[in-house]
Amino acid sequence: MTNHWNDYQHSDVIMAIGGNTAENHPISMKWIEKARETKGAKLICVDPRLCRTAAVSDIFVPIRPGTNIAYLGGLINYILENEKYHKEYVENYTNAPFLINENFSFDDVTGLFTGAEDDPVRSATKYNMADWQYRTDEDGNILKDPTLEDPFCSFQLLKKHFSKYTISNISKMTGAPEETLRASYDLFSSTGQAGKAGNILYAMGITQFTHGAQNTRAIAIIQLLLGNLGIAGGGVNAQRGQSNVQGATDMAMLFHIIPGYNPTPQQTHATLEDYLTATTPEKNWWSNRPKYIVSLLKAFYGDNATPANEFGYQWLPKLDGLDHSHIPAYKYMRDGEVEGMICVADNPLVGGSSTRAKLQYQKNLKWLVSVDVVENETAAFWKGPGMNPAEIDTEVFILPAAFSFEREGNKANSGRWIQWMWKAQDPPGDAMSDLWIVNEMFKRLQALYNAEGGEVPEQITKMAWDYDGPDGQVDIVKVAMELNGYKAADGSLLTNFVGLQADGSTVCGNWLYSGYYNNLENPGTKKRIKEKEGLGFNKDWSFAWPLNRRIVYSRASCDLEGKPWNPAAPVIWWDEAQQKWVGNDVPDIPGSWDFEYSTANPFIMLPEGVGRLFSIGYQGVGGLRDGPLPTHYEPADSPVPNLLYPQATFNPVSQRFYEDHTVETDEDRAKYPHVATSYRLVEHYQSGSVTRNQPWLNEMMPEMFAEISEEHAAELGINNGDYILIESKRLQSSDNGEQGNIKVKACVTKRLKPMLINGELKHLVGMPMHWGFMGMNTGASANDLTASVGDPNTTIPEYKAFLCNVRRAE
Amino acid sequence: MARTMCLIDATKCMGCRGCQAACKQWNQLPAEKTTFTGSYENPPRLSSITWMRIKFREHENEAGGVDWLMSKQGCMHCADAACMLACPAGAIYRTEYGTVNVDEVKCIGCNYCVAACPFFVIGFDRLANKARKCTFCLDRLAAGLKPACATACPTGSITFGRSDELIAKASKRVEQLKAAGKVNATMYGLDEVGGAAMLYVLADKPEKYGFPADPQVAIQTRVWNAIYAPFRVFVVVAVALSLWANRSYSKRVQEGTEKSK
Repeated sequence: MTNHWNDYQHSDVIMAIGGNTAENHPISMKWIEKARETKGAKLICVDPRLCRTAAVSDIFVPIRPGTNIAYLGGLINYILENEKYHKEYVENYTNAPFLINENFSFDDVTGLFTGAEDDPVRSATKYNMADWQYRTDEDGNILKDPTLEDPFCSFQLLKKHFSKYTISNISKMTGAPEETLRASYDLFSSTGQAGKAGNILYAMGITQFTHGAQNTRAIAIIQLLLGNLGIAGGGVNAQRGQSNVQGATDMAMLFHIIPGYNPTPQQTHATLEDYLTATTPEKNWWSNRPKYIVSLLKAFYGDNATPANEFGYQWLPKLDGLDHSHIPAYKYMRDGEVEGMICVADNPLVGGSSTRAKLQYQKNLKWLVSVDVVENETAAFWKGPGMNPAEIDTEVFILPAAFSFEREGNKANSGRWIQWMWKAQDPPGDAMSDLWIVNEMFKRLQALYNAEGGEVPEQITKMAWDYDGPDGQVDIVKVAMELNGYKAADGSLLTNFVGLQADGSTVCGNWLYSGYYNNLENPGTKKRIKEKEGLGFNKDWSFAWPLNRRIVYSRASCDLEGKPWNPAAPVIWWDEAQQKWVGNDVPDIPGSWDFEYSTANPFIMLPEGVGRLFSIGYQGVGGLRDGPLPTHYEPADSPVPNLLYPQATFNPVSQRFYEDHTVETDEDRAKYPHVATSYRLVEHYQSGSVTRNQPWLNEMMPEMFAEISEEHAAELGINNGDYILIESKRLQSSDNGEQGNIKVKACVTKRLKPMLINGELKHLVGMPMHWGFMGMNTGASANDLTASVGDPNTTIPEYKAFLCNVRRAE
Repeated sequence: MARTMCLIDATKCMGCRGCQAACKQWNQLPAEKTTFTGSYENPPRLSSITWMRIKFREHENEAGGVDWLMSKQGCMHCADAACMLACPAGAIYRTEYGTVNVDEVKCIGCNYCVAACPFFVIGFDRLANKARKCTFCLDRLAAGLKPACATACPTGSITFGRSDELIAKASKRVEQLKAAGKVNATMYGLDEVGGAAMLYVLADKPEKYGFPADPQVAIQTRVWNAIYAPFRVFVVVAVALSLWANRSYSKRVQEGTEKSK
């Protein structure tokens, strides 16, 4: 999140899109209610079905699953056409005036940008982005049109791209009535005035698509146009799903990044110098990347990392240009290329895509290690539905794990607050903390490599691994100190990341966290002083990265003179007497920047310093694979042609991992005519491995079900509570064409309605994804139906929009 | 005179059921075996082990949309309590907080309170032969704490305090809702049953939420109470004697070795 949970109380209009905040983040509703009580704030809920958030919203906009860019693009168009944008903010704090290469264009028929090429490696389209770049003079300075009229300025290109996203077109694509669209656009765009705050909250209903990253981009564009970034009550607010998933991504539990959101080196970056040159811009905060990388390498390799050996860079694994995320990992497994898998607090056979197929692929594993609090479906795959244990050779190891309150450590929440958590009780039986397990596993691995050697042993043997306390058990404080950073020479803790160096004199496991544990007596992460009055920043409650800043890009919360746009909720302001930035929050401005420079560079992480409307990778920072502007593509399983771009179907840049896997023919559309989506309930959590073993929760939600409209039920002759069968292309056998299904109870409801999509009525089918075959409360898995197709940038599977058929169960 | 009260603003309820889980957890009530019958409501009714639950009711509204109304269902702790009037054993009493509680020691399991309650909230434990319902977290009140449901509620839908403050708050809220176009917004439990310690603010008519529109203490209950009350002690003695006389028979029924007649 750019902002944080408590900050919602300052919003005038809140849009929850693709994020059922009442069910999945119930505490958020406390702050939304406060905004309503104190400011008369309004809540807009954009969701395919009338969920619990919609039930308490002021405007509910039902949209067909997979049409977020249509909806958001319609809002962008509305803002531009009706001049609702915050003019001064757009002119000065975004790249609106920046000129783009005049060879750039977008083809309205094919739905492709200039530079489209075939990418046989990824079985997709790729782009040569040369024609998307900023136009510069001979000195490399970007050319601009401050009047925003040049047809090739970012602002005009944005306007032209979204001119087709009229309310009439959006209504046809999403199925939402025109009046409802207009009302929501009008209400949200009212926050474009200085002093008003519009907040966009989102979650998996925005990201889990083959165009997920562009969905988020669209949200960023809207918030930049309306001047909602950097201010209290504004923001692009990703509501994270698990209590420490923010920590997980901060620590880079994803193959394409290393800790602190640094890119993983590629094989093409032969030397550390090559890598740093390719990824380090000349200006603004990422120009410090070399300090963070070298300090990270020192954390990995300790004294083995020296200037002479590029700080151990050659030992670091490099990417080969292929995708190594969840979807292809299972494909490699299917093809017999994966010997073993370690699943830590992960249950892909319920939470992944196309789970019924994956059940079979796991048979090819020689061994599987599951670290979890229960025996989950992934660990128990060998006794899953239809499995014959006698045929399966996989050796399964279950390492029982401690629950979060049975161990000590820090968690980062969506608001980037890194909160230290203390242990409430000891874990039962043999269960140990994840940290203890990882520490013991690695110590033994390193010992084996030292004794026996192996393939590329130095990647393991050269690592500095010293986290044991005096009792020989892992000491979390040692980890915390390394994350904070210290001087290599004497181990003295660094105050924060400003002290990090690129010469090997500093060690730091994650530059973003630097400062959170900079002393042993009362580190920031352990502070628990609640603010008695103020705007909810709570500066003495935990430590928010970076540098305890609660709202990022806060320079943009003030006008060109340094005065807050909203004096009633000032984040920071320029103190003329002291000649520095001060505020209720720690200013998100480097201390060494003067007033002029900070005013020209409110978005400190970008080399060009201003927010991107037209977004490209510039000087190695940012950029998306599938285009500089969000574009409506249909989901991979699409019920209709693309209304805006007749020859475009689903996102051409997204990879096809499996043949004959998604609905692309009219024959298949007839077989699977209904638009389906998956989602979560407040009562159960993720794959249900914990909650489906909790009697009070099982009492509330005892069985798997799917929601269908009364109209659909009438057609099928279904009564509320009857059993139905749901089919998708993923459950059709490629061998004999036999159609499989999941059997679930029907919830016949007024809250889902048939959607009018370009003149045709389409049924919506919604289902929770919490059920599997293990636990006290078992049931069919919604993800047996979903497709293993992913976003081109993140490869996150498209769980949220697929096609299905529904039949009565006999 | 101000009494202890919970205000339930149903317009702020988003059905998270934190309250339903908190009630179960605080009172260590076992979970019922439930099935999905087509509604998010579960368990399907209150019982001796489910003292409160959230109801979910869907209605098409005049604007062409759908209202999904959520509200808590549980003992109203009435000022004019039918259960107290009906109880032959004097087991139901009013506490110093103004709440209505069952003294399980005195309860003879006659089920008169279950039948008399106009809100159908009292559950009966067949094995223990006792009536059970929401206690307004009497043990928490005694420790200076709020009831578990009010503590758990994230949105402030359930708030706890003094009746004079909460009635004023509720009244203001109803005006606010009416101004926002909810023409049927109303308080519920203000005038009904003499005033309830569980006061509601509703966005629409009570029936839309599944509440009885005009809950009354039945005339039979009043008549019963008027005639019977003076003789209560004799009936208690008579019933106690009969229970004692039948104790071994009763034991055999409970053990399943003899069918009840």
